[in-house]
Amino acid sequence: MWVYEKKLEYPVRVSCSNPRLAKNIITQYGGPDGELAASLRYLTQRYSMPTKQAKAVLTDIGTEELAHMEIVAAIVYNLIKDAPLSQIKAAGMDGYYADHDKALYFVNAVGSPWTATYIQSKGDPIADLHEDLAAEQKARATYEYLLQLSDDPEVNKALCFLREREIVHFQRFGETLDNIQEYMDCKHVF
Amino acid sequence: MDRKQCEMLKEIQALEFTAIDFNLYLDTHPEDRTALRDFNRTVIELRELKEKYERAYGPISPMEPESREYWAWAMTPWPWEVCI
Repeated sequence: MWVYEKKLEYPVRVSCSNPRLAKNIITQYGGPDGELAASLRYLTQRYSMPTKQAKAVLTDIGTEELAHMEIVAAIVYNLIKDAPLSQIKAAGMDGYYADHDKALYFVNAVGSPWTATYIQSKGDPIADLHEDLAAEQKARATYEYLLQLSDDPEVNKALCFLREREIVHFQRFGETLDNIQEYMDCKHVF
Repeated sequence: MDRKQCEMLKEIQALEFTAIDFNLYLDTHPEDRTALRDFNRTVIELRELKEKYERAYGPISPMEPESREYWAWAMTPWPWEVCI
């Protein structure tokens, strides 16, 4: 089960309103390589994993991704909350505003809604772990693209943190893949 | 949020992040006794700091006894509202 703590894993600050930047960063909230996708992918794959290590890693990283999702939400929320409508229109965020005002919603950078097709839970541990490794790299790359697009040094601190965590998660999944492969070799599974 | 509260919360964030990182590392290195020891030291310090913070500023977890005369959990600011 989950318990919520009333603090962010990493502090969030924005320099000023920036709906343009928010429109791009929201992809790490509801996009294909974002934190919701990561979290649900790992938390749902864990049930069919054969080793204790895999179950632990998927549970713990899946949980941390929820904390990351909250950080992304906090960034987007603070970038748009004080933005005047003229700034929202100029940013091309008026379409989003029509459906959501300044609320958070699960979309990618161009407004496509989140879909379960972003994730797979194949049941085959080798397939699942490879998807997880790829997911971490895609997330890492996305944060790099967002850092290129961003001109807000305060927001960049949080984006850098999130990018670094993807690299660490990739490392842990690599170790888990080794652990799974050892297990599969022992069981003589084909 | 005043500066003292800010500083304490940042310290808690840093300590808890350390604990999380150790947690993930121990998941794939369960026999690493040095890491286990360092993890324990971190969470003990974290627990003490959290208690101090919660007494002064309000709950971080809803599952702690509430000594105030009201349900502070719902009444204190939420993390996305606090720009440190």
